[in-house]
Amino acid sequence: MLTEERRPAPAPPQPAGPRRRRRRPWPTVVAFLSPALVLFALLVLTPIVIAAYSSFFEWNGFGVPTTFVGLDNFHRLLTDEIFAGDLRRALLLVVLSLAIQLPVSLALAMLLNQPLRGRRAYRMLFFTPYVLSEVVTAVLFTMIFSPNQGLANHVTRLIGLGDLGATWLADPDTVMYSLFLVISWKYFGFHTILYLAGRQGIPPELHDAAAIDGAGPWQAFRHITLPLLGPTIRISVFLSILGTIQLFDMIWVLTGGGPIRSSETLAVTMFQEGFKRFHVGYASAISMAIFLISLTFGLLYQRFVLRRDLEGAITTIGDRR
Amino acid sequence: MSTTVAPERRPRNPRRVLRTGALHAVSITVGAAVVVPIVFGILGGFKDNGQLFANPFGLPDPWVPGNYLDAVSSTAFWMQATNSVVVAIASTVLVVLVGAMAAYIFARYAFPGREVVFMVFAIGLMFPFAVAILPLFVLLREMNLLDNPLGVILPQAAFGLPITIVILRSFFRSIPAEVEESAVLDGCGPFRFFWRILLPMSRPALGTVSVLAVVGSWNNFLLPLIVFNDSRWWTLPLGVQQFQSQYSADTARILAYVTLAMLPSLVCYAFAERQLIGGLTSGIGKD
Repeated sequence: MLTEERRPAPAPPQPAGPRRRRRRPWPTVVAFLSPALVLFALLVLTPIVIAAYSSFFEWNGFGVPTTFVGLDNFHRLLTDEIFAGDLRRALLLVVLSLAIQLPVSLALAMLLNQPLRGRRAYRMLFFTPYVLSEVVTAVLFTMIFSPNQGLANHVTRLIGLGDLGATWLADPDTVMYSLFLVISWKYFGFHTILYLAGRQGIPPELHDAAAIDGAGPWQAFRHITLPLLGPTIRISVFLSILGTIQLFDMIWVLTGGGPIRSSETLAVTMFQEGFKRFHVGYASAISMAIFLISLTFGLLYQRFVLRRDLEGAITTIGDRR
Repeated sequence: MSTTVAPERRPRNPRRVLRTGALHAVSITVGAAVVVPIVFGILGGFKDNGQLFANPFGLPDPWVPGNYLDAVSSTAFWMQATNSVVVAIASTVLVVLVGAMAAYIFARYAFPGREVVFMVFAIGLMFPFAVAILPLFVLLREMNLLDNPLGVILPQAAFGLPITIVILRSFFRSIPAEVEESAVLDGCGPFRFFWRILLPMSRPALGTVSVLAVVGSWNNFLLPLIVFNDSRWWTLPLGVQQFQSQYSADTARILAYVTLAMLPSLVCYAFAERQLIGGLTSGIGKD
């Protein structure tokens, strides 16, 4: 990539303009950049290229793929009920997150922005689940949802809802909602902290001025806080959706995708096909679907939604200084 | 004394009291929703299964330390904790060093193609681990890195590069060019400048990316799951999951194990709270 031919001719000695003075950069550039490039190319880019390649084959993962099947795997994907279900389930989680989890996080952030005794302790507390690993969270909640000794059924019995029984994770109709509960438990604090940081970045003068002009708290929120939190909210929506598309650990440990595959995500289906059934070609096609969905979503989102947020964008792609 | 304080205190407006009361009520409710599952885990570990069934909520009666003692005295638990620590430290050192070197180039050297190469790394932020995991498995098998810590450390570092480079690049750019110019005038080469001046000046940013890398490695599950077949290499998340399937009927025992696995994260969080929250909000909020 950084070929020697492109090395610019040695610059003629320049007069004492310190800023323009350029030593020959190539040896330094190559020396400093190549470790990162090698690591990234070998272990991130190559696997993605291999996944793309093997998605055109029927392959059990051993030896070299030889049975070329063209687009068959993708064709199968589009007619696969599980895959369609994966997309529906991802959509359900996205909708629930955007409609419930993020607004609640926003409300809590506004609350924590008020003068409130123990505010710092609450902030620290709300964020705690985020530091636990998804596996630890999932195992803990498996126990909480356990039909006999679990906390969940005990609570429903206590508050008079009777025995919702063993249905939390064991019933195809409720499993996704139970999962959403766990996901929200783990991640709402993260979004709350993001919003709180965004809120505290708003200069207080703006709210002071609004108060002087007679704006009530709701008006101030609606016309000052919310618009100025725009960049933060757009980032949090972005991360929430991307996270949902890629969900694996939590589901794998909590339900394994069950009961009767009713909680499978794209990544779980990929794992099942690739590592359990050795349909590596087909699993690669699912990988590519995850990749294309994430990338398309990410790039479109950056292009159309984050474009306004010069500084807020998660990356400053193409930023020239 | 009360006479000196009284004028300072605002008159107790009933609406204000109500409002503060409501704020506290909501905060306490949410706080309880966070704490109860964790406390259930901790206390549950001190119960036996009969107690857990009869009384999932309250304090253990009597306290049964056996589950914790069993876990703490098992070599498996300590081996998994050690493996997690080794993998986390090694991958963090690697990703921060290699990422800082690349970020230095992206921040301070102009060369044709720089933006394209940087963009490849930046887009890497959107590459899901799950996409690469299957071919990564095949690749690591070819390289004989299965059941080898390097098989986790190297990919872990590689996938951490994008966020590390993006954060460090913007930090390095904020260091005035004059610093580098005067160092160069004093005869300092790029290596010395990087090692002796740039890195020491960048401690806050290095702290941020290190915390992100440690947390990412500590919590990673999918990668160790496919790389480590031999239980000697298992990390804590793997160990917890395997323990759960092994003792699936013994809730109290699992709760004790999960609690022990939670502890390191919670202790780290207690110490590095500012760094972690600051790191996440700065790393994700603004470039």
